[in-house]
Amino acid sequence: MAVTVKTFASASEAAGALSLDRTARYLGGGTLVMRALNEGDVSISTVVRAQDQALTRIDASGPRITLGAGVTFARVLAERDLAFLHAPARSIGGPAVRNMGTVGGNLFAPNPYGDFTVALLALDATVAVQGGFGSRDIPIEEFLQARERQAGTLVLSVSCTRPASSETFRYRKIARIKPKGGSVITLAAHLPISGGRIAGARIALGSMAPTQIRARAAERALEGRSLDAATIAVAASAATEGTSPSDNALGSAWYRREIVGVHLRRLLSGQD
Amino acid sequence: MSKIPLQFRHNGRDVAIFVDGGTNLLVALRELIGDMTPKFGCGQGGCGTCGVLIDGELHLSCLTLAESVAGRSVETLDGMKQGPNLHPLQRAFADNFAAQCGYCTPGMLMAAKALLDRNPSPSRDEVIEAISGNICRCTGYEPIINAILAAAGGRVSA
Repeated sequence: MAVTVKTFASASEAAGALSLDRTARYLGGGTLVMRALNEGDVSISTVVRAQDQALTRIDASGPRITLGAGVTFARVLAERDLAFLHAPARSIGGPAVRNMGTVGGNLFAPNPYGDFTVALLALDATVAVQGGFGSRDIPIEEFLQARERQAGTLVLSVSCTRPASSETFRYRKIARIKPKGGSVITLAAHLPISGGRIAGARIALGSMAPTQIRARAAERALEGRSLDAATIAVAASAATEGTSPSDNALGSAWYRREIVGVHLRRLLSGQD
Repeated sequence: MSKIPLQFRHNGRDVAIFVDGGTNLLVALRELIGDMTPKFGCGQGGCGTCGVLIDGELHLSCLTLAESVAGRSVETLDGMKQGPNLHPLQRAFADNFAAQCGYCTPGMLMAAKALLDRNPSPSRDEVIEAISGNICRCTGYEPIINAILAAAGGRVSA
């Protein structure tokens, strides 16, 4: 079925069009919306696009980095200043998908996708969105909780603070097919250290709930402690708390609950 | 609903077509231009057989909105051979038995071309990474990897 495609020069015009027509879908890299059209999704009657350079801008020079929503994973990988995001970017798709898929689109990618968003959730990113009445910044956790109600708004960019070192930010994706494949589970941990102790731990999980979630019980187990074997064991045993994984072709809910603690322990221990 | 006029470069030649809103590039190439070399596989981004180069970058044509290539250059397998001569990658695929049923071959060749265009002497791992978005159910990948390395003048394992 033919759909109406509306292309705008600016992101704000596109956001205006989305706010006026809540059934319209924004087309970024195409890996979600074109797929839905190929599958005959008749709920999409209007597709909105924007050819705004601001959406593809990368600001990675300072301590706080900002990625335009239209930045592709290939561009993240080409940016030396974004080395801390290379592991999550590389874990997505093959080269063609990384040339197309975008940071903004990944926020909407359902399980078993959305791995980059797991990293952004652990990094406490901020999502800049524009609705009909201007733009605002939303903490990524709040954004994800309301993801299904984001119709009518356009994601402009995401930003986060650069982790202090490669040790303080860790990422792990478990897939059945290497080097690419959908996620069985995905884990990311941000472990800022202050005076030898963890201060402000954030652990994010993918494919453990309908959207990416934080493992708050595991975070509490780490907070204020040093990253030793006993602390890691307590955090790992708390990894399933608050999760609600589903069965899919890549793994059962039971299997995901069984392995999430094992992989969190390996991630925190620095094991491969 | 009215058709949308679309112009782009297809294998070095300017083409002009009319597409329906929402038409993907794969349908435009196969049904409107008659270039049957990119194949329809999964329609989801999982198989890679619809791979084409857009301004030299590997993209999946089935997930590309046709009108997004307006004014851009699209290369498909149909443009790979040079006159009557096969491209070195095509020759290497034939010599190394890298095509069996042949369905994945167009995407494999385009992914390999995207690699060799920017990295003329890749390592084996780089070749594996370059075709990691392409599924082959016949060959077990080894002959394909060897063919790409052979075309690059690299080492070919027995």
